[in-house]
Amino acid sequence: MSATSSSSFDLLASGGRGKSSRTLLRVVILLFIAGAAIASRLFSVIRFESIIHEFDPWFNFRATKYLVSHGFYNFWDWFDDRTWHPLGRVTGGTLYPGLMVTSGVIYHALRALTIPVDIRNICVLLAPACSGLTAFATYLLTNEMTTNASAGLLAAAFMGIAPGYISRSVAGSYDNEAISIFLLVLTFYLWIKALKLGSMLWGALCALSYGYMVASWGGYAFITCLLPLHAFVLVCMGRYSTRLYVSYTSWYVLGTLASMQIPFVGFLPVKTSEHMPALGIFGFLQLLAFLDYVRSALPSGRQFQIFLWSIAGSVFLIGLLGLVVITSAGIIAPWGGRFYSLWDTAYAKIHIPIIASVSEHQPTAWPAFFFDLNMLIWLFPAGVYLCFQELADEHVFIVVYAVLGTYFAGVMVRLMLTLTPIVCVAAAMAVSQMLNNYLSLKSPKPEDHAVVEGADVTATKKKGGLKSTNKPVVGIYSLLSKGVVVTSMTIYLLLFVLHCTWVTSNAYSSPSVVLASRMPDGSQHIIDDYREAYQWLRQNTKDDAKIMSWWDYGYQIGGMADRPTLVDNNTWNNTHIATVGKAMSSREEVSYPIMRQHEVDYVLIVFGGLLGYSGDDINKFLWMVRIAEGIWPDEIRERDYFTPRGEYRVDAEASQTMKDSLMYKMSYYNYNALFPPGQAQDRVRGAKLPEVGPTLNTLEEAFTSENWIIRIYKVKDLDNFDRDHASAAAFDRGHKKKRGGKKRGPRVLRVE
Amino acid sequence: MAPKRHNARDITPSAAATTQAGPTTAGTVPATAAVTKPYRVSVTTKDSWAQVVGNVWSHYLKTTPQRTKLIDVFMAFLIVVGALQFLYCVLAGNYPFNAFLSGFSATVGQFVLTASLRMQTTEANKSDFPSVSPERAFADYVVCSLILHFFCVNFIN
Repeated sequence: MSATSSSSFDLLASGGRGKSSRTLLRVVILLFIAGAAIASRLFSVIRFESIIHEFDPWFNFRATKYLVSHGFYNFWDWFDDRTWHPLGRVTGGTLYPGLMVTSGVIYHALRALTIPVDIRNICVLLAPACSGLTAFATYLLTNEMTTNASAGLLAAAFMGIAPGYISRSVAGSYDNEAISIFLLVLTFYLWIKALKLGSMLWGALCALSYGYMVASWGGYAFITCLLPLHAFVLVCMGRYSTRLYVSYTSWYVLGTLASMQIPFVGFLPVKTSEHMPALGIFGFLQLLAFLDYVRSALPSGRQFQIFLWSIAGSVFLIGLLGLVVITSAGIIAPWGGRFYSLWDTAYAKIHIPIIASVSEHQPTAWPAFFFDLNMLIWLFPAGVYLCFQELADEHVFIVVYAVLGTYFAGVMVRLMLTLTPIVCVAAAMAVSQMLNNYLSLKSPKPEDHAVVEGADVTATKKKGGLKSTNKPVVGIYSLLSKGVVVTSMTIYLLLFVLHCTWVTSNAYSSPSVVLASRMPDGSQHIIDDYREAYQWLRQNTKDDAKIMSWWDYGYQIGGMADRPTLVDNNTWNNTHIATVGKAMSSREEVSYPIMRQHEVDYVLIVFGGLLGYSGDDINKFLWMVRIAEGIWPDEIRERDYFTPRGEYRVDAEASQTMKDSLMYKMSYYNYNALFPPGQAQDRVRGAKLPEVGPTLNTLEEAFTSENWIIRIYKVKDLDNFDRDHASAAAFDRGHKKKRGGKKRGPRVLRVE
Repeated sequence: MAPKRHNARDITPSAAATTQAGPTTAGTVPATAAVTKPYRVSVTTKDSWAQVVGNVWSHYLKTTPQRTKLIDVFMAFLIVVGALQFLYCVLAGNYPFNAFLSGFSATVGQFVLTASLRMQTTEANKSDFPSVSPERAFADYVVCSLILHFFCVNFIN
């Protein structure tokens, strides 16, 4: 809706209004765009409720609550003993505090204004609020690229409703990305501004924005690599200027210092390879500045100049070589695993299963591009082409960003997010260029130009840039072609809005904590098993009862049930996760000592078999096996969990190891009781289960939620009579005849 | 006497500008001579090098205003301080790494900011900075330095 309004704005604006009314219109349109951006993110609140979504946001929410109640300094020094039991986690030093501090500041500001707002609502609505700001920042960034004001408005509108960005910023998605994308775009805008003006102040602002970005999201490394790359490309194109020196060095020095203030980042900027390009370019620019000065001092000496340039090259090479040496000597940490997986998509799968196991780290499937960006994805190359036509410094930035962003988005689904801003900017430039050419009602006078030129109307559009400068003015003559193009563009824009709204409401607005399904009559049915189970934990277990679950649910248990967990989504300790994986995938006799050692009181699993909920633990089970296998290759073997024919089955034909594993037993324990004999069925895997269900000796069922999505088991204490659990459980089940027959001894006691 | 001293100092910043790149990226020995000397030796035409240095020298003397020379002295001072800190780090170890980093980056940061100020106020670069007057450049410089030192003090522990 707003997209089309801004295109029709061209018509209004070209109607000869004054400058002030244009500004007014622009402000009004931007406000509308921000409104649309916020409104379309509220689907989740309307469909469900004001609730924190998914996994990571629950941790952020918990941390924010801690910040608000304990104050900033306690938050900074927060050692959390309720996660990663028994290790604990230095939470204050291992998180990106930007998000929490932002909402804490908003909370206190509102309190100071005597507007008491619940911290939860601030957290829920922070992402939509930031999306409005992102739209504005995109407007500013686009305006730096082109003189055409409507391009900026279009870009803002695209950015506001593009699903690629909405996917991470719906209301309730209280994640780092919520504010980081705004900061990303803002940093780029400030960088372009600094580069254009060659101003230290803008460079410092860029550094501050960068520092804020570092405080908020690990994705800051994208900026850290993109800006040096841009500078490097400019230098390679022979476009070194004092403006580049001023803006880059002031950004780098202040930005790096700012980033080092965050405890989690600390010394990384001088110690890890990801940050070395920025440092290298910084040194290179010093050299260039010096050479530039020398060159200006020697107006005639061409041979010196060439010689000096060769010095520049050799020093650069020596620097690179030194970097390699230092890296191999181990002074600078080599590239992290996530970065390797950016270059070799198979790397993580082989070496670091824990990274590969996260679905958002998978390579992107191509329909995802269309799904997330719709028509922008085919306008994007056109916009980049337009940048090539002008190719000032800032257009080089667009080109570099486009290439890098496209690559990264193709490697990791999650990085679609960093591609979206540039796609919006480039597409907006293409659309506005097209509309500008086709929307103007007055056609050029044919008699002014060569007649031949006017004949091929369709070809005129293609001739922009350099060619158009040495040819007479060309334009679109026939109203028909104007009408066709403008109409089709309008239809595309409308379809885009429809698509975005549809995607947002259907795909990206589910909190995933609360599930929705349709009843046969079409009404909505809410499945609230997660909260039911977490509430049960909160009310029925001791305050320090340790809950073991797969790491996916760690943050939720910490946030909603407020109970200590063994592992959570922070995944900083692979061995600990592998321990949990081993406990889940081994026989009871093996798992029980592990659980005792870790003081586990309850085990929580997710089971979707009854409801057909596919994201359950049996489907994730192979990752647990793989991660455990990484640490104990001789105890856990992935192959054992498959049938001899290599199938992953859960029915009667499942392998014995599979049937003996704790996860299998916990999932299907007592499941038979729900069905008539022999009819038990797993609806996710479409498997018919064996008639006799598994038995559990060391655990007892404590709670099963309404739709059986969450099952909680209590770990039994040691037996009072010092029996092992298997025989104790067998005794309880009534298999006591054999034993009883042998141990008639106690009768003697009775006699006495 | 006085201008000569300036000249002697001017060589250090310009030569040390290369060392700025040298030790940080390559981690080579921080002595300025070590970087420049091998090139001098490798060049067959030693005369041309002397010529180059002489030309730069005279150019510097001729064209640099007094104020800019003051800036250059400050930059030379920063380089000496930075080199001393780096030397200390190499010789005595980097134990309070926070302190070393903030001290060293304070000098490096101040150096590049001063260099930026010098560029923006130089007449020859006027066309590069249409929107930056010398007064504006100095105000920017002050603001940036304040930010820089705020971060350094905060980081020093």
